[in-house]
Amino acid sequence: MELCSFLTLDSFITDPLTHDFMRKALLMSSLVAAVCGFLSSYLTLKGWALMGDAVSHSVMPGVVVAYALGLPFSLGAFIFGVGSVALIGFIKQKSRVKEDTVIGLVFTGFFALGIVLVSRIKSNIDLHSILFGSPLGISLSDVKQTIFISLLVVILLSIFRKDLMLYCFDPRHAKTVGINVFFLHYLLLTCLSLAAVVGLQSVGIILVVAMLITPGATAYLLTDKFDNMTIISVLSAIISSVIGIYVSFWFDLETGGSIVLAQTFIFLFAFLFAPRYGIFKVKKLFTGYK
Amino acid sequence: METTNYQNFRIDAENICVDYNGKVALYDANLRLKPGQICGLVGMNGAGKTTFFNALTGFVSISKGKIRINGESVRSAQKDQTIAYVPQNEGIDSQFPINVWDVVMMGRYGSMNILRCPRESDVQAVKDAIRRVDLTDHLSTPIGNLSGGQRKRTFLARAIAQRASILLLDEPFSGVDIRTEKLISELFIQFKNEGKTILLSTHDMIHVREFCDLVLLINKTVVAYGETSEVFTPENITTTFGGISPDFLFGPES
Repeated sequence: MELCSFLTLDSFITDPLTHDFMRKALLMSSLVAAVCGFLSSYLTLKGWALMGDAVSHSVMPGVVVAYALGLPFSLGAFIFGVGSVALIGFIKQKSRVKEDTVIGLVFTGFFALGIVLVSRIKSNIDLHSILFGSPLGISLSDVKQTIFISLLVVILLSIFRKDLMLYCFDPRHAKTVGINVFFLHYLLLTCLSLAAVVGLQSVGIILVVAMLITPGATAYLLTDKFDNMTIISVLSAIISSVIGIYVSFWFDLETGGSIVLAQTFIFLFAFLFAPRYGIFKVKKLFTGYK
Repeated sequence: METTNYQNFRIDAENICVDYNGKVALYDANLRLKPGQICGLVGMNGAGKTTFFNALTGFVSISKGKIRINGESVRSAQKDQTIAYVPQNEGIDSQFPINVWDVVMMGRYGSMNILRCPRESDVQAVKDAIRRVDLTDHLSTPIGNLSGGQRKRTFLARAIAQRASILLLDEPFSGVDIRTEKLISELFIQFKNEGKTILLSTHDMIHVREFCDLVLLINKTVVAYGETSEVFTPENITTTFGGISPDFLFGPES
């Protein structure tokens, strides 16, 4: 198949791989996508989309402070991510303001603090790469951090996979059979903060929430089994990352935006054509399956 | 297994109070149940029935009073798999991507290792539980595709698989078909014979008369508690339901 006179499908795929930065970007983004996709199933089922949005925006001042102090930016991001969640919980408990309002005001406050800090600290912080991600310009130390955090999250989620599923499904039963629900709650929040930290490298702070909710939502439309949902979520996240990076390479588009758009298209596809829950219920057309 | 030990109660709740952010949901509530007893928990919506369940399962902490389960703390009871809770159908997300087998297997989680890998004994317990509620044909059916009655039976099977000695059931008869109602009635008799203690909340007064040895009438606190024949009087019921006549609830013959 020829895309244009000089470009075949073969070279469409292989040409970018000749560049070191592209290989690195593809590997890193796929790893990040897998982590976010794994977590995404839980967030979707727990109804924590807004919490994902909050945490991912709240890491902004942490990233800026860490950059200014020469610390690993993941450390700063993690502290502020968890801090925002603690603050949301505290304000909710101590005031009559409703939860969604508290979430909205805390994360915008944190985000604003981050932006103000960037303007105050005249350093070489690249605001653009924080906001929109820079998978093509990822440094070696960032690679190490990303691999370490990703493995940590995947191991934690794998160990507590079934407990977290039960926690999302029926926390009261979990408590009744002696499972530590408090621990699971904070485990999920910790994984969320960590995933936001690695996710922001690929797509940036503004769009990282998409990495955390879209793959799970897509998978939710496609299956009735939790394990399959996790697999579909991870695969759709990885595929979107690869598509996004290729598209951004060939058409010179913003990488983070391209990745998220690819995810959105896959979701729309599932929304329209999912065998059971899609608008057109494709399988039913052919088999009468209800 | 008839172990009527009068010193040890299965459930012993003494003067318990629960409040949510300063708002009192339940106060000075008492309950004592022995093995093999079935007790009906009757009250209006918002009278504290679910709060009572939450306190017994340790899902909310009590601000005053004492709860002893088999003479031990609620925490120990959780570890020992002593209490099983069967939620109302409305209390669960029926769209959750999970099938009957996996829900019932959750009854075994508390006695499995940290990865929750089922052993042969867990698989057997789940199979037996599913057979007892007559859902063997629906092992891999997602819970979203079940009828209300089948879903109720799934959660009953989870409680059976847990092998708990105390069963707490929130509205076990609401929204179920006749077949499920009959099956639940039969199970109650079996549970009683096995020496299990059952506390069930219900809106249906007929069921209280039919199954419950004891009845606990609550309206934020205990209005009356005792043998069904003595306590379940029109006066007490009227007090429990804030002045609504029992004629309205039972029909004129009561």
